[in-house]
Amino acid sequence: MLFTSYGFIAFLCLLFVAYYFVPKRWQWGLLLAASYIFYAFAGWQCLIFIAVTTVSAYAVARLMARMAGRESDYLAAHRDSMDKEARKAYKAKAKKRRFGVLLCGLVLNFGILAVLKYTAFAVFNLNSALTAFGAEPLGIPDLLLPMGISFYIFQTMGYLIDVYRGKTQAEENFFRLALFVSFFPQLVQGPISRHGDLAAQLYAPHAFDARGFTYGLQRILWGYFKKLVIADRVLVAMQTMLDTPDGYRGVYVILLILLYSVQIYADFTGGIDITVGVAQCLGIRLAENFDHPFSSRSTKEYWRRWHITMGSWFTDYVFYPLSVTRPMMKLSKWSRRVLGNTVGKRIPVYLATIVTWFLTGLWHGAGWNFIVWGLLNCAVILVSQELEPLYARFRVKFPRLTASSPYGGFMAVRTFLLMGLFRSLDCYRDVGLTFRLWGSMLTVWNWGELGSGMMSLGLTLADWIILAGGVLTVAVVSRLTMRMDIRERLYDRPVLSWVLCGGLLLAILLFGAYGVGYDASQFIYNQF
Amino acid sequence: MEKLLEILTSLHPDVDFSEAEDLVDDGILDSLDIVTLVTEIDSEFDVTIPAEEIVPENFNSAAALWALIERLDEE
Repeated sequence: MLFTSYGFIAFLCLLFVAYYFVPKRWQWGLLLAASYIFYAFAGWQCLIFIAVTTVSAYAVARLMARMAGRESDYLAAHRDSMDKEARKAYKAKAKKRRFGVLLCGLVLNFGILAVLKYTAFAVFNLNSALTAFGAEPLGIPDLLLPMGISFYIFQTMGYLIDVYRGKTQAEENFFRLALFVSFFPQLVQGPISRHGDLAAQLYAPHAFDARGFTYGLQRILWGYFKKLVIADRVLVAMQTMLDTPDGYRGVYVILLILLYSVQIYADFTGGIDITVGVAQCLGIRLAENFDHPFSSRSTKEYWRRWHITMGSWFTDYVFYPLSVTRPMMKLSKWSRRVLGNTVGKRIPVYLATIVTWFLTGLWHGAGWNFIVWGLLNCAVILVSQELEPLYARFRVKFPRLTASSPYGGFMAVRTFLLMGLFRSLDCYRDVGLTFRLWGSMLTVWNWGELGSGMMSLGLTLADWIILAGGVLTVAVVSRLTMRMDIRERLYDRPVLSWVLCGGLLLAILLFGAYGVGYDASQFIYNQF
Repeated sequence: MEKLLEILTSLHPDVDFSEAEDLVDDGILDSLDIVTLVTEIDSEFDVTIPAEEIVPENFNSAAALWALIERLDEE
């Protein structure tokens, strides 16, 4: 069921009415039923995979909790008879046993994800090697990739790791855990929530709150505006260029980079607006996934503002654990001894960063373009880290310049263009082709044909004007939200609020990308 | 504590670590800094900070970090 379908709107209306009319103790049960109904529309087979994740996570978390309970009881019972060393040894052994159980859950679930998402990619690469040696290539399997599987598996595995770390309680009620895994607004494209932040809200009774419900509806409307008026309109022009990429070189590559930046922003943040808005209508506050990413002045800052919940997931559950493993600590000591303190101390940090970005790239898709994209981001972050002393000296030498707005603007535009350039790997889906087309920006000078060329990309002049108006509206609203809570301001001005929301609805109905030549498409991040 | 302040200052010479109390929340220490710190602490104090202890409250100030080192050393 697409977020952009009439069926989804009808589904939401029925759910909202039922949610606030049933006894409050039934609300979370209703949400669970609604989530499974929603997911069933993606295909009944998807239900099997989400059920496997739920059952395995429930069993593993309960087992870890029981083991931790026994460990505490044992230590309490032997408080007097065990010295510090003995207690330490017992704790280490017990932790190792619990880790074994955790590992089973992680291997099973990430194994499912790996098989479904990466088998075709692995076979494709294997075939390249086989054909190089003159052998027969293997058939590439066409496996089902359940909607949002990366999101719910990452969220659930985060829960298991948190239970192992003692940061959250293992859920005793199986069906409650099932709701945490499958909460429907998040299934399409996240955000990836933490059990400690979300679970209690899901199970709590929620009385109807007019203000929260209004805010939720406004957020949903805003999301549809971004998705239908901007993202799906841009898609038409992009698709024309991507159908024959070699025919669109030079200035068209720059145009594609700009258009894709607009499209992915409108698509992804629009989808998250709908998700967060739906949850807010149900009285549930989800984690925010964006914080004005295009105002970032560096790549590092960009990744603190874009797809926040994925970035923090990789930091907390991959980067940190990997960095403090025993082999990494040994490597740290060895590299300091052999290479000296200055170089040696960087080795483990850089290694962990490279692995994390490799996996981040792979998470985004099974293709070399995604891996290269991840590693390019990594390279910029590490080079910036090395250049930081130089930047610091520059800031000291030119304090007024570096604190000025134009300099800040320059940094933001530079970061925006760099991120857009890397992101185009996602469009062209071929590393060699992407690099060739990047090169054409310097070698093919076709700026003169841009005006007429833009009119042959499937969009009319009216479309470009609507697009420009939409982008300008989003930019202004985004700028305002940096300074104030717009919905809070509007709540006390009902007439203005109704006029603006009515205008937004009208804009969606009049300018939304439906009908002949358009196809209200699935969200980009849905495929991850 | 002196040694810890020395390590912290080597990461960001322009920050007064004896006073600062929101190092992570204010974005002064990022994830790369934190991992560098963890490896430095392991090397200098022979204390390994496990991943579950890498949370903002343990890294927001030099005092909090020192308390963590002492606690882990005790355990």
